[in-house]
Amino acid sequence: MTDFGFHLSKSSQLDLSRVDRERLNRLYELEPGARICMTCGSCGATCMAAPYSGMSVRKMLLHIERGLDVKPLLSKCMLCGKCTMVCPRGINTRNLILNVCKLYD
Amino acid sequence: MIYEGKQKIWSDYQKEIPDDHWYYVRSCIRQNFFPASERMFTEITRNVLGKDMYETPFHTTCGGIAYHADTIPQETVMTIVARQFALMTEAGYENYCPSCITSFGNYAEILETWREFPELEARIRENLWKACRREFNKPKYLAHTSDLIYHWREQIREKAKHLLINRETGEPLRIVEHIGCHYAKMFPHKGVGGAEYPYVLAGMVESWGGEVIDYPERRHCCGYGFRQYHVKANRGYSVSNTHKKFESMEPFHPDAIITNCPGCPYFLDRWQYVIAEQTGKTYGRNGYGIPVFTYEELAGLVLGYDPWDLGLQLHQVAVEPLLDKMGVEYDPKAKYLGLNKEDLMKPEMPSSIKCC
Amino acid sequence: MKENVVIIGGGVAGMEAAKQLLTLGYNPVIVERSAQLGGHVAGWHKLFPDMSSAQELVKGLRRDIAEANVFLETRLNSLQRTKSVYTVELNNGVRLTSRAVLIASGFELFDASKKEEYGYGVYDHVITNADLEAWMNGREDNRIPAQPQSIGFVHCVGSRDLKAGNSQCSKVCCTTAIKQAIELKERFPEAEVYCFYMDLRLFGKKYEDFYINAQRDFGVHFIRGRVSEVGETIDGRLQIKAEDTLLGKPLKVQLDLLVLMSGMVCNPIAKQLADKIRLQIDSDGFLKSRDNIAAIGESNQPGIFYAGACTGTKTVPETLAEARAAALSIHTYLMNQ
Repeated sequence: MTDFGFHLSKSSQLDLSRVDRERLNRLYELEPGARICMTCGSCGATCMAAPYSGMSVRKMLLHIERGLDVKPLLSKCMLCGKCTMVCPRGINTRNLILNVCKLYD
Repeated sequence: MIYEGKQKIWSDYQKEIPDDHWYYVRSCIRQNFFPASERMFTEITRNVLGKDMYETPFHTTCGGIAYHADTIPQETVMTIVARQFALMTEAGYENYCPSCITSFGNYAEILETWREFPELEARIRENLWKACRREFNKPKYLAHTSDLIYHWREQIREKAKHLLINRETGEPLRIVEHIGCHYAKMFPHKGVGGAEYPYVLAGMVESWGGEVIDYPERRHCCGYGFRQYHVKANRGYSVSNTHKKFESMEPFHPDAIITNCPGCPYFLDRWQYVIAEQTGKTYGRNGYGIPVFTYEELAGLVLGYDPWDLGLQLHQVAVEPLLDKMGVEYDPKAKYLGLNKEDLMKPEMPSSIKCC
Repeated sequence: MKENVVIIGGGVAGMEAAKQLLTLGYNPVIVERSAQLGGHVAGWHKLFPDMSSAQELVKGLRRDIAEANVFLETRLNSLQRTKSVYTVELNNGVRLTSRAVLIASGFELFDASKKEEYGYGVYDHVITNADLEAWMNGREDNRIPAQPQSIGFVHCVGSRDLKAGNSQCSKVCCTTAIKQAIELKERFPEAEVYCFYMDLRLFGKKYEDFYINAQRDFGVHFIRGRVSEVGETIDGRLQIKAEDTLLGKPLKVQLDLLVLMSGMVCNPIAKQLADKIRLQIDSDGFLKSRDNIAAIGESNQPGIFYAGACTGTKTVPETLAEARAAALSIHTYLMNQ
């Protein structure tokens, strides 16, 4: 193999056809509220971890639904429960996070 | 795929292409990359089709390559272009055909800009007069040289020695057509067939017996992107785009790729070697790559020119698999002989991709 | 003898207005270009938000206006005003006089093939919202596979698109996409359904509930990002590109069916009418009302009234309400003459 001093770049393009639907559907069963997020972002706005780590429940869910790794986000959650309080759709974010930990960590 | 749907779009994007008397300008880089292509264009148009194809050694770059690499301002480019038009006017021509796609895009962009901002055109006329005491008329017709080969594709077919048909199976060869970005993406109405489903190369392939492949990344850029390739640190990004195209066309098993831009055939050809070196993957059959051609080279093969006179030995990816399919006769021993039959010596062969 | 009121257009706006005018004691005369009454709604299957039948709505209106004069497959040859009376000449030779004319010419569906990048008419499995409704009404469509695994909806096709010449939001497409996504999930529960939107504009009664239903009960995926191009894979599936703008990442997905939510553009007939009797066209390309807040159903010409989508994109209930209002305005106008 020749070293040209440059390499193929990794593509950031997501391929929705490759998302693990089975695991995602399992998550939806364990926490049906995961389906109804409307990405308003109030969870991220109020999140203790967000300013220091980029964590937000909205982002975590999007990562899961698009097949991206959520471990780095999850590990910063303090399970304080503030996101459950602000969610306008009443998603049980605590149950959601605990189940994401179970399935994706 | 609904072929009639494409035909409908093609019919919306037709341009008037005069049949004769063209002022021809060459590309900065094509003679280095594909040395026989421009020579073959003048050979075919003048000697096979009997057209008046005028050129002058006094023309320069159009400035497009520097413009797209952000090294000269547009007003400078415009003044360079104004001088080109002055040479055309002095020679008594009004139909202008550049060999380069970026030039074609550059001319189209400048003519449109002058149409919108006549005061700018006036300033450029003044610049040109101050710089070299020349005056110019704008071309009446602007066509890329691939537009012309498209325009004369049926005449070439009538004189064809070989068609884009697999000699053994009788099946049409499967051809990927790749259009240079600056051909129609900026001005869809200036390209034959528009920008989403360009017909300029597809028309040649169909006329010459082949079948066009429409694969998902067909519209994607070849990856050259001027300063993207020119700056070594960006080359990984450049080759990644080419890689994306090959991954997308791979399931269709193309027999060849036809292109109409100076950069595209070069990068689609050379990057196949780099991809093979880096990933071990080749996209043709039996360890070969997919041969890549300019439209002049393919027209030359169809008309029966010797592949080595077409400069095909300068390709990285071996062209022999396509020559064999088309039934083109060639002398493998003559591949690396110069014009005077002097031995140019066989280049070192890579192990990652099979070359002849 | 009852007084004529000429109504141009036999869609739900024209029909509802005719119904009210009959009640008010007039003789409405509907001039309809096509072979049937009901306009776009007649080609629709179910209507949001309660999944009521479009056919029943049209059937009911047809019944209600049985006594009205209806000219089908008829066009206007000329429309002229002399003093306070309009003379309408139809292409079948009929000549009518009427002191008030109601324009209810509605909208035209944006021609999705103009967005070439979506490949409508080029790729095998690209259809429009109207095609899907026709299929649900029983029309065969071999572009729709027997068992699709993956289905996409593109919102805002030809709407909010300056390049296509339409700055307007077509209002109904977001909700229609959600409705159709649910209907396809009901027929193909195994399929993944993706809605590609720029904004979800769910302004009407129960529309937001509809959205929650689609998410919670049907698992429809909503992706914020406009589809940029469509291609076809070796096995004849569609491959689309979009950006997930909430993640800031480009994405692709393979689909078995792509539904384009073609928007509403003003019916070109309205523009021809406008030329004939000097009506004004608003900056959005639709007929200009005398006042967009206080007098949406009135034109700048005495005796010319508007109802429905000729003045802008409308939902069915909005159109019906406007038609009723227009009938009353016409009545008041004629009484005061």
